[in-house]
Parts: sequence; C-alpha cells; structure tokens
Amino acid sequence: MNAYYFSILQGSLMTVAVALASLAVAVLFGLLGAAARLSPNRLAVAAGTVYTTVIRGIPDLVLMLLVFYGGTMGLNYLVTAMGSKASVDINPFVAGVLTLGFIYGAYMTETFRGAILAIPRGQSEAALAFGMGRAQTFLRIIAPQMVRYALPGFTNNWLVLIKSTALVSLIGLQEMTYLSKQASAATRSPFAFFLFTAALFLVFTSASLWVLRKANDHYSLGTRRAQLH
Amino acid sequence: MKWDVIFQPENLALYGQGILTTLHLLMASLAIGAVLALGFALALTSRWRVLRAVVGAYTYVVRGTPLLIQVYLIYYGLGQLEWIQARWDDIWPWTYFKEPFFCALLAFSLNTAAYTAEMLAGAIRETNAGEIEAAQAYGMGSVAILWRIVLPSAMRRTLPAYSNEVVMMLQSTSLASAVPSMLDVTSAASRVYSKFYLPFEAFLFAAGIYLVATFALVGIFRLAERHFLAYLGPHKT
Repeated sequence: MNAYYFSILQGSLMTVAVALASLAVAVLFGLLGAAARLSPNRLAVAAGTVYTTVIRGIPDLVLMLLVFYGGTMGLNYLVTAMGSKASVDINPFVAGVLTLGFIYGAYMTETFRGAILAIPRGQSEAALAFGMGRAQTFLRIIAPQMVRYALPGFTNNWLVLIKSTALVSLIGLQEMTYLSKQASAATRSPFAFFLFTAALFLVFTSASLWVLRKANDHYSLGTRRAQLH
Repeated sequence: MKWDVIFQPENLALYGQGILTTLHLLMASLAIGAVLALGFALALTSRWRVLRAVVGAYTYVVRGTPLLIQVYLIYYGLGQLEWIQARWDDIWPWTYFKEPFFCALLAFSLNTAAYTAEMLAGAIRETNAGEIEAAQAYGMGSVAILWRIVLPSAMRRTLPAYSNEVVMMLQSTSLASAVPSMLDVTSAASRVYSKFYLPFEAFLFAAGIYLVATFALVGIFRLAERHFLAYLGPHKT
C-alpha cells in the first residue's frame, strides 16, 4: 500500500516538471503573441487575434489528443516518405508540454498585452529618446514594469495550468494522476489514492499562491494604494 | 485528408449524439451549479464566521484541485465506499451513483458552483453602500434588501465573469470522455479516431464543434449583457 503512495509522490515530480516546462513554452508563446497583437503590422495583429480566439474556444483535452495522435501519425508519414521503415512514437511528455504551452500561451498573450498597454507610453518614448534600441527598451524599461501588471493574470494562468497537467495522464504520461489511477485499479481502493493526489495538487496550488503573492508584494514596492474604507 | 469518412451517416450520428450529451451535461451542470452557487455565495457573505469558513474551505479545495481528479473521486472513489455500495442497488438516491452520467454531472455541478459562488460573493461584497442605505431608509428589512436590491444588482455585475465560466464549463465537459461509456463530443471523436485511424479529421471536427458552440455562447452572453447591463453604460439622450 505504502509503495503506491510513494510512487504517486514520485509522480508529483513529473507533474511539476510538465507544469514548469509548459510554463516556459507558454511564456514564450505569450510574449510572441503579445508582440504580434501590439505590432503595427495588420497581418501580425490578425494572426495573434486568431490564435487567442481559436485556442480559447477548444478544450485542452481535444487539442492534446489532436497533437498526440495527429503528431504521431504525421511524423510516421514523414519518416515513411523519407524511405525509413522505423516507426516513431511521440513522447507524451513532449506532446503534453507543447500542447499545454501552446494553449496557455494564448492566455498569456492576453495577460502580457494588457500589462504592456498599462505602462505609460512616455516610458518607452523616454527610452528611445535616450538612444536605447528596441530590444534594450524592452529588457530594461518595459519588462521590469510589466511584471507588476502581469502578475495577477499570470498567477491565474499558472494555477489553471498546474491543474491541466492532470490531462496529460490521458495520453499516458506517468504523472501523479496516472499513477493514482493505476494504484486504484491495482488495489481496488480508489478513494484514498485520488484524495491523496488531490491533496498534493492542493499543496502545489497553495504554495504557488503564496510564492506569487510574495512576488507581487516585491514588484509592487513603492506603489501607493488608496484605501476606500 | 479523408473528410468523407467523418460525413458518413453513422459517424455524423455519433457526433450528433455527442453534441446532445455535451449540451445536456453543460445545461444541467450550469443549472444545478447556479442554484448551489447562490446558496454558497450567501454563505460566503453571511455574518456567521463558521459558515463563511466552511464554504470558503469548500471553494478553496475545489478551485485548487483538477476537475479530472474530482470526476475520478466521484466516479471511481465513491463507488468503493462500503456505505454507498450497501445502498446503491436499491436505496434512492444512492442508485444514481452507479450511473456514469450522474457522476460526471455531480462533479461538474459541484465544480462550477464553487467558481460561480466566489464570483457572486465578490459582486455582493462590492455592492454600492449607498444602494443599501437608500433601501434601509425606505424601511426595507434585510431579506427584502437582499432579494430586491443586492442580488439583482450583484447578479447583473457577475454576468461578464459568468460568461467566462460558462465557456470554461463547455470546455470542461470534454472530461466526461474520461469516464467509460460516456459519449460526449470528445468521446465521439476518440471513437471515430480509433475506428478509422484518422486523428486529424476526427479531432479537428470535434474542435470545430466546440468552437462554434463557444462563439454561440459568447454571442448569447453579449446580447444578455447589452440587455441587463444597459443601465451601467452611458445614457442615451
């Protein structure tokens, strides 16, 4: 019995790995998406808008199955076309991370776009007047201030993302949801195992909330807050 | 791409059945969830600290754990408990726990209730103090104030956030496919995929169905907002 709990605990490392890797991909897509939506190029704006609207209208699970099964078939087709007889399997970790990253990149796009828009225009104009390049302006002036405006939305997206990693179990990645389901089938006592996994998720979400609240306090230093009551 | 396979009558029928199940799950869980959410929101804003703490803990746990785990807990987990096993053969309402549809519906309803309750509670807390004072000045009792002043206004102001929740719920119904023998849109796609080995066609078609449903829901809520929130916009002269 204890061995099962231990394996679920080990699976939680996989959950964290999937979540963090997906987050990295999502932040990348989010920055690209925000850049596209804020660019003067109409085509880029349209592409960014289609990305965020379409992704948010399709369930995570359907996209994941599409990437996993579709990707496997597409790759095999490609390999056969190149004259090889080998068959390729997509790694569920890679498929999960790419799908979750792509999906939450759409949510991050909106968060980052709002954060960039919240920074007064004068900031980047002043940077340009000082002779900074566009990259330098972004890294030194925009990005540090963006963090404060983006953190609340980022926190939300991250919490939803962690919980979505449970879906990767459905394409066979052995993270804690998958392992708890296996343990349930083997021992016929699902209640305790699922409760244990739920508790682990709760630990992750609670810890994230605490860390991000600290970060929020840190990045909001020096901002004045008015009290209504 | 072999789209003609998708449009064979028996496969279209499969998707059609899936759409019905998905819509049924969505409507029913939203309806049950809304009723529960109203009760929970009143508890969250009540004067009794214990009640606030209990319901607050409930929404915190539900919002902090994946819906998939909640579905598993109810479908696989509860069926294991001897107390329920002793009853689910003949004693109402425990007989329902044998049905996959009921288990999915229960998990979805309890989940959306937690999210909606927090939104509604937030809107209730932010009710303009002047509105309540005016009602008190007219001599309304606290129940009358709640039903005639606070709730109608709070529910309207929850509408934009609630439309997001409804769209999220539509996406979440795809988790019903994790319960064996459920046939929602996602399971229909999975069946077509495994029968014909056409992943792109099967899942893209499902994605298209969800996309259309999402746009329809967004459109409906935009109309509802225009109607119910008109008084918050600029006045026409």
